Formats: sequence, C-alpha cells, structure tokens
Amino acid sequence: MSAVTTFHRPRARRMANRRATLLACAASALLLTCVVGAGLACFDAATATDFTQKNLAPSLAHPFGTDWMGRDMLTRTLAGLSTSVLVGLIAAVASSLIALALGAAAALGGRRADAVVSWLVDLMMGVPHIVLLILISFALGKGFWGVTVGVALTHWPSLTRVIRAEILQCKQAGFVGAARQLGVGRVRIALRHMLPYVLPQFLVGLVLMFPHAILHEAAVTFLGFGLPPEQPAIGIILSESMTYLSAGAWWLALFPGLALIGVVMLFDVAGSSLRKLVDPHSAQE
Amino acid sequence: MAKYILHNALRFLLLMAAVSVVVFTLVSLSPVDPVQANVGQAALLSMSPEKRAQLDAYWGVGTPLPERYLSWASALLQGDMGTSLRYNAPVAQVIAARAANSLALMAIAWVASGVIGFALGVLAGVRRGSLADKLVKGYCFVLAASPTFWIGLLFLMVFAVGLGWFPLGFSVPVGKAAADVTLLDALHHIALPAITLSVVGVANVALHTREKTIDVMESDYVRFARARGMSTWQVARRHGLRNLVLPAITLQFAQISEIFGGSVLVEQVFSYPGLGQAAVTAGLGGDVALLAGIALVSAALVFGGNLAANVLYGVVDPRMRRRGGAR
Repeated sequence: MSAVTTFHRPRARRMANRRATLLACAASALLLTCVVGAGLACFDAATATDFTQKNLAPSLAHPFGTDWMGRDMLTRTLAGLSTSVLVGLIAAVASSLIALALGAAAALGGRRADAVVSWLVDLMMGVPHIVLLILISFALGKGFWGVTVGVALTHWPSLTRVIRAEILQCKQAGFVGAARQLGVGRVRIALRHMLPYVLPQFLVGLVLMFPHAILHEAAVTFLGFGLPPEQPAIGIILSESMTYLSAGAWWLALFPGLALIGVVMLFDVAGSSLRKLVDPHSAQE
Repeated sequence: MAKYILHNALRFLLLMAAVSVVVFTLVSLSPVDPVQANVGQAALLSMSPEKRAQLDAYWGVGTPLPERYLSWASALLQGDMGTSLRYNAPVAQVIAARAANSLALMAIAWVASGVIGFALGVLAGVRRGSLADKLVKGYCFVLAASPTFWIGLLFLMVFAVGLGWFPLGFSVPVGKAAADVTLLDALHHIALPAITLSVVGVANVALHTREKTIDVMESDYVRFARARGMSTWQVARRHGLRNLVLPAITLQFAQISEIFGGSVLVEQVFSYPGLGQAAVTAGLGGDVALLAGIALVSAALVFGGNLAANVLYGVVDPRMRRRGGAR
C-alpha cells in the first residue's frame, strides 16, 4: 500500500456512500418494523380505559399523557401508527399494481390505449385528492374499507407515468430488439426483459407511496370519513384532541402528530435510499 | 387562436362530463337511503306506505342510475344544482356564499407559498450544499411529511390558545352583526388558517424549485457565463430566473389542487366556513347534491389552473409564441 502515492488525502474519514445508504435503508426498515410490532402488541392496551387516570399530562408512567377516558396515549399512538401502516400497505400495494397494469397497457397497448390511460390520469388529477377521497369513502359508506379503497384508487397516476416511461425506454433498448429478432414471443419478452427492467422502479415507487398513503389516511380519518372512532388511529386521536385543545391538553395533539411525522419520514428515507441503491444515475450519491 | 380556445373549451366540457359521471356514480353508490336521510328515521317509521312510495319516487329510489344521472345533468346544465339538505338552500347559493371565504383563503396561501417557496428554492439551489440549503431542505422534508391539519392544530395551540394572538376559529367574530364586521376582523380571522396553508405549501414549491435550479446551474450555458466572469448571483439572475419561469408556472398552477385539498383540512381545523368545510359537512350528513356540486367546482378550479398555465406558457416562452401559441 505504501507504494501508492496519494495526491489528495480525503479531508475526513467517511463511510462509503453506498454502504451508508444501505445502512439508512435497513435501519429505517427495521425501525418501522419495530413500531408496527409494538403497535400490534399493545392493540388491546390501547383501548383499555382507566377513569382514575384521565387527562394526565405526560409523566414517566405515561410518556405521552392520557386522554379523557384515561387511555394511555403512547400505546394508543403506537396502535394507531400500526393501523396506518396496515392501511398504507394494502393501499400502496393495490395502487402500485394498478399503476403497473395501466403503465404497461399505455406503453405496450398502442396509441389508443396510451390515450385512454393518459386521459384517465388527467381525470384523476383533475379533482383535488382530498375531495376524491371523501367521495370514494362516502360511496363505500366510510370505515376501514372506505378509506383503504379510496387511498388505493387515487395514488396510482404518478407511478403510472414513471412505469410507462420506463417500459417505453426498455422497448427501445438493444436487448429487446435483439430478442425480438431472435423470434422470442411477446409474453416471454415482457416477462424476461421488461419486468426485471421496471421492477426496481416499481418497488421504489411502492415504498415512496407509503408516506402519501399514510398522510391521506390520517387526513380522511381526521375529517370523519375514515376509520371508526373506536379504533386506534392517528386521525381519530387528533380530531378528538381538538375538543381539549382550548382546555390546554396540548399533549393529546403534539406527540401523536410527531410520531406520525416520524413514521412518514422513515418511509421516505427508506424509499429514497432504496432509489439511490437501484438507480444507476445516482449510485454514487 | 380561435382553434386554441375551441380546443380547450372542448377539453373542458369532456373533462367536466367525465368528472360529473364519476362524481354522480360515487355519490349514488353510497349506502345512504335518500328518503331516510331527508326525512329522518323517526318520520320514516311512522310513515304510511303511500307517502313512502311518493317520496321514493321523488328522490328517485328504484330509478336506474343512468336515468337519474341524465335528469341531474340536464338540471345542472340549466344552472340548477339541486337543493342542499344540510343548509336547506339551493346548492349554487350555498357554494357562492362560501366560495368567497375559501377563495380568499386559498388566494393568500397560493401567492404566499408560491413567492416564498420560489425564493427559498432558488436560494437553496444556487448555494447548494451551504447552510442555507441544508436549512431549507430540512424544513421542506419535515413539512412535506407533516399532515396539514396537524400543523393547523399546532398553530392553534401555540398562537390562539397559548399566546392568544389570533381567534380560535370562524371567519368573523362570534356574536357580531354581519354589518359591523370590519375588514380588520376578517383579516384577523383569516390570518392563522392562511399562514398554516402557506407554511405547508412552501415545502413542495421550494423542493421542486431547488431541483430545477440545480439543473439550470449545472447546465452548459451557466458554465459558459461563469467562464465569461459573471458572478454566481449575476448568472442566477440573468440566466437562471429566465429558465426557471416555465417550471415555476407549471408548479404554481399545479399547486391549486394541493391548496384546495389543504384548505378542506385547514377549514375543518379552524371551523372556517368555506367550501372545504361545507364538503365535509355534506359528506358526513349525506348531502349528496352539495357534495357533488363542490366536487364539480373543485374540478373546474383545477382545470382553470392548468389552462391558465398553458396560456401563460405562450405569453412567457418566445419559442411557443412563434409556434402560434397553441400547443
């Protein structure tokens, strides 16, 4: 090693970029798993009421305080977060599958299919998200499925565009042309060449859909169109807290909100670092 | 030019027709029984079968969906949006009364978030990697991850409950006759919701502007300008801003949809009587006509924004002007 001349010594010792990114991705995934696990574990504790302990400010016994029914806000928040992640999971998976199907149809189905899909995207983008969510939830009679289906049906447009562009790019690629010249069937090309090509973008898009899905779930629930009040959910907690705000119960709104932001940002970190890892353009960042 | 107008008018009609079909189908799918929603459970139970049948016919129970849609749409075309159940007035009237409140709120937030977001985005993009950039980026990432309504709650706690600087809600002082409400009162009440909406809106605009600024600052023409000896800020002013105008316009008008969505939440938090709050009341109270009406208005607003962006392109961009303004 001593034979190598170093012209520019790095100013500070630092970890290799890719390893740091991988670490960030893994750590955020692990943390999220822990939050969901903890939330599922204290699902029963979250609804346990204790009227001797009501309206307590944060203390060591109740780090997030207690609400008007004496429920511990920490367990309620954790359970609410795991519900949010569950809704987000179902909605994001469904929504990204819709995006995959429509994006593929637009790229491979000829000009007419492309026009139909892009018109559908325009239609979806034409109504504000929240209004559309309210409408869908209203149509389905609110509740868990109202909000989940609503979020699933409204989050595909941007990913559809990405997947369409990816497949179009792949269609132009030399290896697809070569396969076609070799007489490989269309289905086989789609499965062997195009699917692996779009899969990374698809997975990244799926993970990055979570933050939106979770925030919209909370918003719709907050407005009263989502999860029912007896279920632990961040939206419910925050809309209940509004009644007690003027009485000075600040902890009812502060901590659950911060916890929600934390989860959303963790998903964001996981998704963006995953993108850096799979996208060759930013592999060195 | 005439072709351009015709083309966009057609697009608008097609989109509104599609939106109205979707909206009407969705609100009709609802398991809410229109008769029960309108007369109430108690009246429904004590009602004679003849009366029930009469009301069923009036509210279109049992009429197939396409038929109901056509009668609703034809009334809509004549300007009749139906009657709001919750506000007991024609839907058009309810919307008109609340649109002023909402539009004022959204306009303030739209302009403020656009201007501040653009400025912050350019600052962060030009001085990439600096402390200012890190601060802007940090602010944006946190704000982009925060639910709008939670920011509203936070502001309500700090500025209205804690410091008492702003009122707790509504658009005018409680218990004051409408004639006595001054502009100052109205401004005092709109301030906190508008600030909330702007603070959240800034994040999106700033992040996107920052990306575009970085793209511009890394381009060949900027490198050439620097090679000629121009300073960073000179380059940013003379070359950067010109090339940032188009994406900024797109972003600003695309923002309308977000601001409308945000206003629904903010109005709910601050009990601010606008369209968003009316939509929530309508949705929770089974007021089908009002909900559909507000959805249509919001779609028209978003379309108007996109159209305005397209028209502005033609005005701003000389390349498109030469092509005849139509794209």
